[in-house]
Amino acid sequence: MKDTTLSLTVNGEARTLAGPTSVAALLAGLGFDARKVAVERNEAIVPRSVYGETWLAPGDALEIVHFIGGG
Amino acid sequence: MDLDFSEADIQRYSRHILLAEVGGTGQAKLGAARVLIVGAGGLGSPLLLYLAAAGVGTIGIIDDDVVELSNLQRQVAHGTDRLGMAKVESAAMAARAINPGVRIEPHAVRLDAANAAALIDGYDIVCDGSDNFATRFLVADACALGRRTLISAAVLRFEGQLSTFKPHAGGPCYRCLYPEPPPPGLVPSCSEAGVLGAVTGVMGTLQATEVLKEILGIGEGLSGRLLIWDALAMRFRVIRLPRDPGCALCGPAPSLRDLAHHARSEAPACGV
Repeated sequence: MKDTTLSLTVNGEARTLAGPTSVAALLAGLGFDARKVAVERNEAIVPRSVYGETWLAPGDALEIVHFIGGG
Repeated sequence: MDLDFSEADIQRYSRHILLAEVGGTGQAKLGAARVLIVGAGGLGSPLLLYLAAAGVGTIGIIDDDVVELSNLQRQVAHGTDRLGMAKVESAAMAARAINPGVRIEPHAVRLDAANAAALIDGYDIVCDGSDNFATRFLVADACALGRRTLISAAVLRFEGQLSTFKPHAGGPCYRCLYPEPPPPGLVPSCSEAGVLGAVTGVMGTLQATEVLKEILGIGEGLSGRLLIWDALAMRFRVIRLPRDPGCALCGPAPSLRDLAHHARSEAPACGV
């Protein structure tokens, strides 16, 4: 059977995912509330409106950016 | 543009005028510029002081708070002798002490849906250093709708973020990064979670640098990019920030066309 696992990094830590995963599914799997973060994939912010259709690729470097508003 | 500097101004701005990227022409551009600072707090303090020192000709500052003891760990435009004074008056005193040649316009009001458009309309560039999400989204929406460049910084704990939003010039807007305010209680405020005072100083000073670059038209600005600073790791990163094709404010099918949605109260998030 074809290996469908996906190896990438999240906040600098190596992770292996079971199969095709969207940004939305990754956030849910990690327990993040999408309303309080932004997601950075390979040094670019992923627009929130395309989380569900943005599929992660092997080797992706993801960072969870926290929504902050202090002054 | 008025290039007729006094002898005192030539001395005051000599280190600017020496820079090939600034010179007398650039200094005159700074003198002609009008910048609005939202929030006379941890970010607004260094921002105001550096813009005033740099000779930005007209600086508006809006805040409806008074100086409190818990502000002074980071809000360096104020002082212990000015506890209880309106922050905009205290900040104006600090700015005028550094440079009496610039005009400081204090607005001791809370920015709201009724006054935002008119206030912003009087300035070329708007800087957000506010401490709550309701104000941040109001400023962002008013700037996008009013076609004003917004230079926005935020801090919490040991972290800072900074970007420039120019949707009128093809760049992303604030809502392309954060589409809507987080639900109340989901993101802690500085008063709940704390902030290292010096972190606000660095971020406000970076914000001032970007304002001066925008006025002078030099270097590479932060439109379409987001700076993220982790002070504990001492790691600065600048990442790409594209427009969101589904953005409710600057996307091709916007649902936000005025400030009416701000008339009802949005989530308070970071009260001082």
